[in-house]
Amino acid sequence: MALNPMEQFEVRPVSWAQAPLFHIGHYSIYFTNQALWMLVVVISLSLFLILSVNKGRVVPTRAQSLAELSYEFVGGMIDMTSGPAGFRFFPLIFTIFMFILFCNGFGLLPIAFTVTSQIAITFFLTAVVILTAIVTGFVRHGFGFLKLFVIKAPVVIMIPMVVLEFISFCARPISLSMRLFANMLAGHTMLKVMAGFVISLGAAGGAYTVLAAAPEALIVGLTALEFLVAFLQAYVFAILSCIYLSEALHLHDNH
Amino acid sequence: MDVTAAKQIGAGLATIAFVGSGIGIGVVFGNYISGALRNPGAASTQFTNLYIGYALCELQGLFGLLIALILLFT
Repeated sequence: MALNPMEQFEVRPVSWAQAPLFHIGHYSIYFTNQALWMLVVVISLSLFLILSVNKGRVVPTRAQSLAELSYEFVGGMIDMTSGPAGFRFFPLIFTIFMFILFCNGFGLLPIAFTVTSQIAITFFLTAVVILTAIVTGFVRHGFGFLKLFVIKAPVVIMIPMVVLEFISFCARPISLSMRLFANMLAGHTMLKVMAGFVISLGAAGGAYTVLAAAPEALIVGLTALEFLVAFLQAYVFAILSCIYLSEALHLHDNH
Repeated sequence: MDVTAAKQIGAGLATIAFVGSGIGIGVVFGNYISGALRNPGAASTQFTNLYIGYALCELQGLFGLLIALILLFT
């Protein structure tokens, strides 16, 4: 196929700033399309949250109730997983949730670059969450945090379980970052592959041109599905972050 | 066999991981719905667990995708 569906994930300098911004050692730092779209996401997210609530109306406008809704949504999520003690992490979880939601949402614009389809971004977000959990655990419980790996059971079962718990703890950063990255990558690749079918069928001429309507209709359905996935992945990322932080706060005695 | 060909066949085979992922997601949502129809009052309280289960099932398929990507691009 002449059209490469992976081309959309290419990180390259934006066309109006080809020269490197500055150098660190041997590396040149460019202003890339990824940086551009992250700026777009952060600016529009900040403008939305600041402008919608700065009047503080008693009867909210549509924008204000959207902002309040997202605030309460994240608040309920933290309350359910880690209780009142978890609210010290509210700023972190809310920022991560809204950032991922807006990155995924903006990524669905046809011209846009999907920021969360880069493993560098998702892995960095995950690293922030996991390191926060580890630091919180050690600050709160000292070396008692290591009890996280130990469950109450006969010794014969306990020793393999400690090994398994440790492996599962080490797999968390990989699984959390891979999930968001792979979902975005797979969804967008699928859309572009379908778009490639439309173009090749349309260019074939004759009866094939009529057939191009089938993948076209599929794209419409898949785009609707992608909106669901965009929200769902932001939600799943936030709720799993809540659970990891809650484990660091309460060890096993919460449930 | 050519190494590139072997890699591409392997990448294709790695996508079989999504069979398990699909079965798992079906089990998770199916059991949630049957539970929710028996006891609709408790359905909304299990919403978080539903999506955690969904995320864990989906992950097993995504590990297959990860292997496919490693085979194709390294």
